Amino acid sequence: MSTVSTRAPARADRPAQSRPPAKRRRPRRREQQWPAYVFLTPWMLGAAVLTLVPMAVSLYLSFTDYNLFDPPQWVGLRNYQEMLTEDPRFWRSVGTTLLYVVVAVPLKLLLALGAAMLLKNLGRGRAFYRSAFYAPSLLGASMTIALVWRALFNDGGSVVDILGSVGIDTGGWVGNPDLAIYVIVLLTVWQFGAPMVIFLAGLQQISPELYEAAALDGAGRWRQFVSVTVPMLSPVVFFNLVLEMIQSFQVFTPAFAVSGGEGGPADSTMFYTLYLYERGFTASHMGYAAAMAWLLLIAIGIITLILFRTSRSWVFYADEEGR
Amino acid sequence: MNLTTRRWIPHTIAVVGLLVLLYPLAWLLATSLKPADEVVTSLDLWPSHLEWSNYTTALDGVSGVPVTRLLRNTVLIAGGAVVGNVLSCSLAAYAFARLRFRMSKVMFAFMVATLMLPHHVVLIPQYIIFNRLGMVDTYWPLILPKFLATEAFFVFLIVQFMRGLPRELEESARIDGCGAFRTYWSVTLPLSRPALITTAIFTFIWTWNDFFTQMIYLFAPEKFTITLALRSFVDQSSTSAYGPMFAMSVISVLPIVLFFFVFQRYLVQGMATSGLKG
Repeated sequence: MSTVSTRAPARADRPAQSRPPAKRRRPRRREQQWPAYVFLTPWMLGAAVLTLVPMAVSLYLSFTDYNLFDPPQWVGLRNYQEMLTEDPRFWRSVGTTLLYVVVAVPLKLLLALGAAMLLKNLGRGRAFYRSAFYAPSLLGASMTIALVWRALFNDGGSVVDILGSVGIDTGGWVGNPDLAIYVIVLLTVWQFGAPMVIFLAGLQQISPELYEAAALDGAGRWRQFVSVTVPMLSPVVFFNLVLEMIQSFQVFTPAFAVSGGEGGPADSTMFYTLYLYERGFTASHMGYAAAMAWLLLIAIGIITLILFRTSRSWVFYADEEGR
Repeated sequence: MNLTTRRWIPHTIAVVGLLVLLYPLAWLLATSLKPADEVVTSLDLWPSHLEWSNYTTALDGVSGVPVTRLLRNTVLIAGGAVVGNVLSCSLAAYAFARLRFRMSKVMFAFMVATLMLPHHVVLIPQYIIFNRLGMVDTYWPLILPKFLATEAFFVFLIVQFMRGLPRELEESARIDGCGAFRTYWSVTLPLSRPALITTAIFTFIWTWNDFFTQMIYLFAPEKFTITLALRSFVDQSSTSAYGPMFAMSVISVLPIVLFFFVFQRYLVQGMATSGLKG
C-alpha cells in the first residue's frame, strides 16, 4: 500500500455525497435562490459586520497610532518596524509562544494517540474511560483550573512537594522564570482528551480486514502500527495537528492566571496574546496591538499553508485511491 | 496467565492515568473544604475536618456582589449565547448543506477559513464598534455575535451532520408542498437534534469558561460573571484566602461538571464526528 500523493483538498470542501443528476436541471432558478439568502442573512451580516469589516479596519489600524479616544494617526510601517527591531518584549513573547507550541502540541498529540490506542483495545469500560479522559478538555479552559494549576505548582504546592518527596527538588515553578512556562504546558497537555476522542473515532474507522491482511503477511504489532494504523490515521493526525496548533498560538487564560496577569516572572509567561492584550488594552496602543494581531494571522496562515503543503507527502486519504 | 496479564495491563495503565488526571480536581475539592491552617502545611488530600465556612464566605462573592448574582449573570449570557448559536448556525448550515445559490462555494470556503482566523484580528475593531454603539459594559457584545453565526465551528458541525441526513424525507416534504422554511423547521431541524444539542452544550460550556471576552467588555462588578469574579484572585499572591477562593472556584465549575455528567455522550460524540465526517 503506497501513499497516494494526489492533491489533497481540505476535507471540508468535499461534498458528502454527489447530488443526483436529476437535480441539475435548472427550472425555477430564481425561485430557488432567494430562500437560501434569507437563511444566510444572519451569517452574512455577521461575516460582513463582525469579520470582514473588522479585518479591514484592524489592517488599517495596524498602520496607525491609535488610543481609542483620539483619531488614529497614520504612521505607516512604524508599528511593524518597532515590533521587529526595537521591542525585545515582543520577541520574548514570540519565543515563549513558539516554545510553548513546539513542546505542548506534540506532547499533547502523542499522549492523545497513546491513550486512544490504549482505549481501543480496552473492551469493558472503554466508554467510561473515554468520557473520563475527555473531562479535563472541558474544564481546562476555565479560570478555576488555571488557578488550581498555579496553586499546585507554586512554592509549597502539592506537585512541588510530591516531586520533592521523591528527590526531585525543583522549588516553586510559578516563580521560576525557567519553569513557569511548563506549568502552562502541562495544563495544556492535561487536556489531551479532545484530540484523543478524534483519534479514537479515526481508529474505529480502520477496517479490521487491513489488520488481518497485514497479520497474514507476517506483520507484528509494531509493523501493523507503522504500516496500517499510521497511514490510515494520517488525515486525523493532520486535522488534530492543525487544530491544536491554531489553538495553542492563542492561549491566554492560563498564562494570565499563572502569571498574575502580567506575564511574569521576568516575562517568561508573556505569551503573544497576553502581550497583545497588554499593548492594546492596558497601554492603549491599539494600533500596535492590531499590527501584532495581523502578524499572528500571517504566522498562523504561513504555518497552516506549510502543513497543508507537506501533508501531500504524508497524509493518506483512503477514498482517493484510484481517483 | 499470559492472557490475563495482557488483559490487565491496559486496564491498570488506564486506571493509573485516570488517577493522575483527576488528582487536580480532587485537590480542588479537598482544598475548598480545608481549614486555613491546613492548606499549606498539610500534604494530606483529606482535611482533618470539613470547613464548610469556606463556602459561606464564598457565597458572599467579590466586591460586595453575591455569588448568586454572579451566577445569574453568567447563566443569562450563556443562555443567550446558546439560543443565538443554535438558531443562527442551524439556519446558515441548512443553506450550505441543502440549498443551492450563487457563490455558495465561495461563501462556504470563507466560512471554513474563518475557523482558522485568530480572534485577535477582529477583536479591536469589534471593540470599537461595540464602544460606538454604547454597548461596552453591557452583555450585548457577548450575546449579539452569537445571533449572527460568527462561530464557524458550529456552522461547520451542523453542515456536516445535515449532509449525512437522508434527503428523501425533505424531498417528500417538498413534494407535499412545504417551502424551504417549513422543511427546515419541521423536518431537518428535528432530525438534526444531536448536532443541535452538541452545539448548545458546547456553546454553554465555552461561554461559561470564556474569560478574555468577558474581561474586555465588562467593568461594573455587579455585571460580572463568575469567571470574571475569580479574576480578583489572580492578582493576590497570599495563600490565606485559599479555602474561600477554591470554594468559589468549585461553585464556578460545578455547572460544567454537571453538564458534562448529563451530556457526556453527546459531547464526546459531537467532538468525534465534527472532525471526521465529510
